[in-house]
Amino acid sequence: MLIGGILVITRRNPVHSALALIITLLAQAAIYLMLYAPFVAGVQIILYAGGIMVLFLFVIMLVNVDRAMKERQFNAQWMVGIVAATALGGLFMTVYTKGSSLFPERAMPLTLEGDNTQKIATMLYGQYMFSFEIASLLLLVAIIGAVVMAKKRI
Amino acid sequence: MHEFLQYIESYLTSDKTPGAAGNWVWELIYILLVFVGLSVSVICMNWLERKILAHMQVRLGPMRVGPHGLLQPIADALKLLLKEDIIPAEADALIFWIAPFAVVLAAFTVFVVVPFGPTHAITDMNIGILFMLGVSSLSVLGIVMAGWASNSHYPLIGALRSSAQMVSYEIAMGLAVVSAVLMTSLNESGTGTLSMIGIVQAQLAQGEWFIFKFFPLGLIAFFIFAIAMVAETNRAPFDLAEAESELTAGFHTEYSGFRWSLFFLAEYSAMIAVSSIAVTLWLGGWLRPFPNWLSGTTWDRMFSLFPGVTFLFLAAMCFYNTVRMPKHPLFRIQTIGLAGFGVVLGLIGLILFIPAVSFRVQDVFWFSAKVAAFMYLYIWYRGTFPRYRFDQLMQIGWKVLLPIGLGVLILTASVALLQPMIWHP
Repeated sequence: MLIGGILVITRRNPVHSALALIITLLAQAAIYLMLYAPFVAGVQIILYAGGIMVLFLFVIMLVNVDRAMKERQFNAQWMVGIVAATALGGLFMTVYTKGSSLFPERAMPLTLEGDNTQKIATMLYGQYMFSFEIASLLLLVAIIGAVVMAKKRI
Repeated sequence: MHEFLQYIESYLTSDKTPGAAGNWVWELIYILLVFVGLSVSVICMNWLERKILAHMQVRLGPMRVGPHGLLQPIADALKLLLKEDIIPAEADALIFWIAPFAVVLAAFTVFVVVPFGPTHAITDMNIGILFMLGVSSLSVLGIVMAGWASNSHYPLIGALRSSAQMVSYEIAMGLAVVSAVLMTSLNESGTGTLSMIGIVQAQLAQGEWFIFKFFPLGLIAFFIFAIAMVAETNRAPFDLAEAESELTAGFHTEYSGFRWSLFFLAEYSAMIAVSSIAVTLWLGGWLRPFPNWLSGTTWDRMFSLFPGVTFLFLAAMCFYNTVRMPKHPLFRIQTIGLAGFGVVLGLIGLILFIPAVSFRVQDVFWFSAKVAAFMYLYIWYRGTFPRYRFDQLMQIGWKVLLPIGLGVLILTASVALLQPMIWHP
């Protein structure tokens, strides 16, 4: 996953970056598998790697790749970048070393992987039903907005 | 060494798939079997397609290469291997190389969960159907890469059209699959399953194939999936993206020789994969016809004769055509070849009559027979229907199949909820 992530930001060719992002997303699906969440891994592959990245690639293909590759790569904000990266790295180190003791009341035991789909379904359609409906309303608004902006005559 | 042999033997008495039993030796054997079986099926599909299309168009098809063209696919494979491997000068070499690799990888990885029998799968994930849908959606990426890396107009347009079509019909496929998975939850515990073997066992437990469940809802869901799967694999009548007359073969125009054959292999494997999904979800997988209604040892024995009878029928056809061969000295080799092929088929048929063999082969035979029926349907569609124009294609995917899919899903869920109230046990 790390290699994929580094490749995304270091490639000049945007299509190579998109492919590296696909590798990163597949690696993330594997991480979900290791956390005993096969349903989330499967959905990650279907939606992210198989749907969203295809749309990314559509848009990238519309960009003039030769000109994009000849653009001057500049690095003007390197000081702020180093500060932000150090802060993020410190945060990661803290979470990695302290572990789940940071959130004592939220620590969940790892469940059987056979239950993952059922548990997600019970939680999503039971406890978090409101958030589910609000999220779908949000997507509806986005779709209507895209259609309105793309239409020639309203 | 002795414990290694014991390790191999210990699987033979278990009732799980090799993946579930954790037995890597048998997993490897199954993977090899599936790989070889798939390659042989693709070769047979090549010959069958040309012959069946030809017979539908009142002509004969390949007749020269072997007896009745039986060696034609081998000649095709040799030709593709010997062709010059051209990479366009301005093409992006890395992506050009990866694209057929990605498509073949996606098409072949799908077969890890396909259930040829209750224990005859490489492994049985409890998200089996989700895995199959997900990995087959990765083949879209390969097509997009192929079209873009060729650095020429026709492949790019073909790739974009093809990927838009595949993504649109994946949604209709997903809805049809969800309404079939809904039907697996109609048991006492009220929980369904996404595992492929579990879905077939749910059909066995509920006593009817899901295509006939809640008539006509199962049937409509099956038809939605059947149409969407033809569009998903870019086959006629939805094959505008690779139509020879419109786009000079679309996204695989610039690929020659072995790279093109990889795309071809991936396309036919994807066809077999989505047909396996349809067979598992709606047509009862490996179950023989009427497993519950006509049950009992005599019916079992009668149905277990089917594999042997099928092969003997094929052998009889071979012998009949041997007798009809022209009696010219130049045809002697072909006649002898066809007779030999008939003898081999007859021997396989006779072997399949042995109870020990037929007992193990039953499930695989019924599964393969149903998938073969789907392959015939694919070829039939190609020979019958005119091609859809691209905007008509997208219109069908979004405006017709998607609403019907949603409607079937809602109706299936409602009928499943109301079912205990209507039919009181």
